[in-house]
Amino acid sequence: MSTVDEQSKAASGMDEGHIPQGVEEKKQDGSSATIILFFVFGFIASLIVGWVVFPKLLYSSRPQPVEFNHLVHNEMVDEGCESCHFFREDGSYSGVPTLAQCIDCHEEVQGDSEAEEYFVTEYVQRYREVPWLVYSRQPPCVFFPHSAHVLKAGMDCVTCHGSIGESESLRPYEQNRISRYSRDIWGHNIAGISRNSWDRMKMDDCAECHQRENVNQASVQTKRGGCFVCHH
Amino acid sequence: MKIDRRSFLSFAIGGAAGTALTPLPWKLTDDMSIWSQMWPWTPVPARGAVTVVKSACTLCPGGCGINVRKVDDRVVKIEGLPDHPVNDGSLCTLGLAGAQLLYGPRRVKTPLKKVNGRFVAISWEDALAEVSEKLSDLRAKGGAHTVACISSSDRGTVAELLARFLRVFGSPNFIRMPSSQDAYEVALYLTQGVRAIPGFDVEHSDFVLSFGSGLLDGWGSPVYLFKAHSQWRDQGGKLIQVEPRLSRTAAKADQWVPINPGTEGALALGIAGVIIKESLYDEKFVNSHSSGFQEWKRLVIDGFSPEIVSKVTGVKVTVITELARSFARANRPLATGGRGKGTSPGSLKEVLAVHFLNALVGNLGQKGGSWAVPEPEYIDWPELEMEQAASTGNQQTRIDGAGSDIYTHARYLANRLPEALLTDPGYQPVQVLFISEANPAYSLPDTTAFKDAVAKIPMKVSFSSYLDETAELADLVLPNHTYLERYEDVPAPSGYPLPIISLVRPVVEPKFNSMHTGDAVIQLAKALGGSISKAFPWDSYEECLEETLGDKWESLMEQGYWVDSEYEAPGWSEAFETASEKFEFTSREISALGNYSLVKPEGDEAFFPLVLIPFDTMRLWSGYVGSPPFLIKSVEDTLLQKNEVLVEIHAATADSLGLGSGSTAVLTTPKGKARVKIRTTEGIMPGLIALPRGLGHTANDRFLAGKGVNYNRLAGPVEDGATGHDAAWGIRARLAKA
Repeated sequence: MSTVDEQSKAASGMDEGHIPQGVEEKKQDGSSATIILFFVFGFIASLIVGWVVFPKLLYSSRPQPVEFNHLVHNEMVDEGCESCHFFREDGSYSGVPTLAQCIDCHEEVQGDSEAEEYFVTEYVQRYREVPWLVYSRQPPCVFFPHSAHVLKAGMDCVTCHGSIGESESLRPYEQNRISRYSRDIWGHNIAGISRNSWDRMKMDDCAECHQRENVNQASVQTKRGGCFVCHH
Repeated sequence: MKIDRRSFLSFAIGGAAGTALTPLPWKLTDDMSIWSQMWPWTPVPARGAVTVVKSACTLCPGGCGINVRKVDDRVVKIEGLPDHPVNDGSLCTLGLAGAQLLYGPRRVKTPLKKVNGRFVAISWEDALAEVSEKLSDLRAKGGAHTVACISSSDRGTVAELLARFLRVFGSPNFIRMPSSQDAYEVALYLTQGVRAIPGFDVEHSDFVLSFGSGLLDGWGSPVYLFKAHSQWRDQGGKLIQVEPRLSRTAAKADQWVPINPGTEGALALGIAGVIIKESLYDEKFVNSHSSGFQEWKRLVIDGFSPEIVSKVTGVKVTVITELARSFARANRPLATGGRGKGTSPGSLKEVLAVHFLNALVGNLGQKGGSWAVPEPEYIDWPELEMEQAASTGNQQTRIDGAGSDIYTHARYLANRLPEALLTDPGYQPVQVLFISEANPAYSLPDTTAFKDAVAKIPMKVSFSSYLDETAELADLVLPNHTYLERYEDVPAPSGYPLPIISLVRPVVEPKFNSMHTGDAVIQLAKALGGSISKAFPWDSYEECLEETLGDKWESLMEQGYWVDSEYEAPGWSEAFETASEKFEFTSREISALGNYSLVKPEGDEAFFPLVLIPFDTMRLWSGYVGSPPFLIKSVEDTLLQKNEVLVEIHAATADSLGLGSGSTAVLTTPKGKARVKIRTTEGIMPGLIALPRGLGHTANDRFLAGKGVNYNRLAGPVEDGATGHDAAWGIRARLAKA
């Protein structure tokens, strides 16, 4: 048995000896440059995909069904945002206005804009509600009462919604193809960096203020913030 | 430069490193976790303005007040109306599931006409014209009395409008669907001389002796009973349940007294015998305010000694005497009759036996006792102007024979309809049949006979909102609005002791092309013209209702109900309108009806050795409204497994038949057969088979149809000798291995 082992060792040693040492080194030098080049290619390509292509693929974009100028309307009303986005008698928040509110002024076509004519003929005269796409809508698992934030805590509309009240047109609505959320929840910066309080509306942004203001922070379950303040 | 496998690997590693420096992996992880919380099929509450509308529930005779919560124009939740005298904020599962009857798939969306055996949509104009043409044709030919109407109730404006229409048209054939009220009404009339509704002040009683009444299974006004039951629990009241099967009521009672089925009346008389013998009865009432006591006493003592009763009922002598003593000695004892939900009249003599127990302990019209609630009197319409055709028609004998020489005491005998229609020689006694808020093709015993009988009627008109079993048989379906889309008054909740009216009001606009039955009747009357049209001086049902309710309208609109809270039952000296002006234990009329005797179930004992009895549960409804999908979901797997119904039999009986729990068997009765699954239990008397009521629908919607077996398909009526009502409590049956 031992003889066979030794023989086979010798044979393998002989096989290694047949490859010329110099050729092997030369080949490695040439291929390492290529390898680094490919690494860089891959690195740069993925950066482009991750920062540029991915956000474009992730969100779908569509225009609002009807054009709307917040600035013009804001100038004509007395009570600012609350003239149209009001609180109901029971304290619940009306959200996006319904046709019932628009119809007071827009029963007939006003001015000569095409968008106005489209709105009146397509929606007002046919009693169809406008399917507005709401940028800041939180998902169904979140219970967000405007009354607690605006009426009780006295927050401004601008804190969360930015300067939309001064906009002259409505930007396209972008929706995450996977989560079905509006893009405004994550924020327009794909890295999730926010400069203003209205740039993002993720859970951390809510929690930051809730912790600072000590909103029901004594949860029995988590020993920290109360989940069920916002979640059902 | 040579590109090889290593280059690709390098490219991939570079890509991975680069990707880690982009938001892509972190964002994707976040998005995917959120995606898993946003399944598209998860129901999400609608957004919009929340409003609450006060209304009333019509799904059972319980008459509860409801608060209907809406988001914009969508009904999202039905709750009990706080402070309503009947249900005070609570509601049963059927009431809670009511929105499914508004939005569910069983609705009839437009008037339908049967052409070559299939329904086609027609306009309201054509549908009503077709009915009115047929009616005026019939009347011209002297056949006004061949119009009949089956309705679940004879109280409230809609039922009264239908009855008024028939009367002024010339037909005596308004028929109310059967219930335990039928026998109770006769009992109240014979003993107290009053035309009244039976009421039970269960809330204030402290000892309820229930002869098979499913007090917690949907008897009377279910939510009122649930609340009363909680009150007994808190205040130490007692509930004794006499029943052959361990029902939910029996399980929750302080004592369950298993009894041979159909012998409950004998037990009541046995208990009465002990109370009399031991002089435990209310002497003041019996001596000063009753008549015929001595004769009745002799009958009871001689014929119903504890020993005899024990042999008949299977209840031990000691139990009978104990029950009698504790019942009579309780502060506010109350005895109740009417099996299960009280959907069947039962034998008059049995109801009388139970009623006499209440009389013996002197609880009539007393707190916690048995009441005779006056019929509602707010419907006071102008006198009818009767044309010749109308007078002649109304003098004809009713098709069901009620009120005739043979059936003097009965007001309605729906159970006799099939017989009357099938055996009549020569001519067809009913040419047009209206059906309002009733589903007799499902709810009347012996559904096959009913279907055969109805097939002979040339024109069947259903006012049902749902395509139920009876609507399917109809030639025309004129769909009513559902109770969430219409106005209606709901008087006299079943078994409730005070006079009360609740108001049903439209919560949402009618969803489909339906019409209020009240409006349909008014329009038919207008089309017929003459005195018929004059009898309906209103432009719409709403106008009729508001005018009828008069000064109660405002309170009804504001509160949702009107109650005569000042109402007090008249004292014993004024309460009785009999010949003797006293409560009558016996009288010539009562004696003429014969002595108490057991009602025998149909079928030959040699061929059908077992007896099939039905039972009720809050999760299944067997009246006009079939259980909505939410309720069907709540039916436990001891009643229904997949689409197969389970029957309960005693373990010993199952053994003797060689049937194991869970095995499949064929259940045969003289009326039909069905496949059932066996569930063995100790909670039922041996020799019985118990089948839940409310399953075995063939119509309505796919959530209800095709599940289990309809008890009424296997059962048949047994005519009560005293009244003609259906006195059946079961039917003989056989079980064989499948």
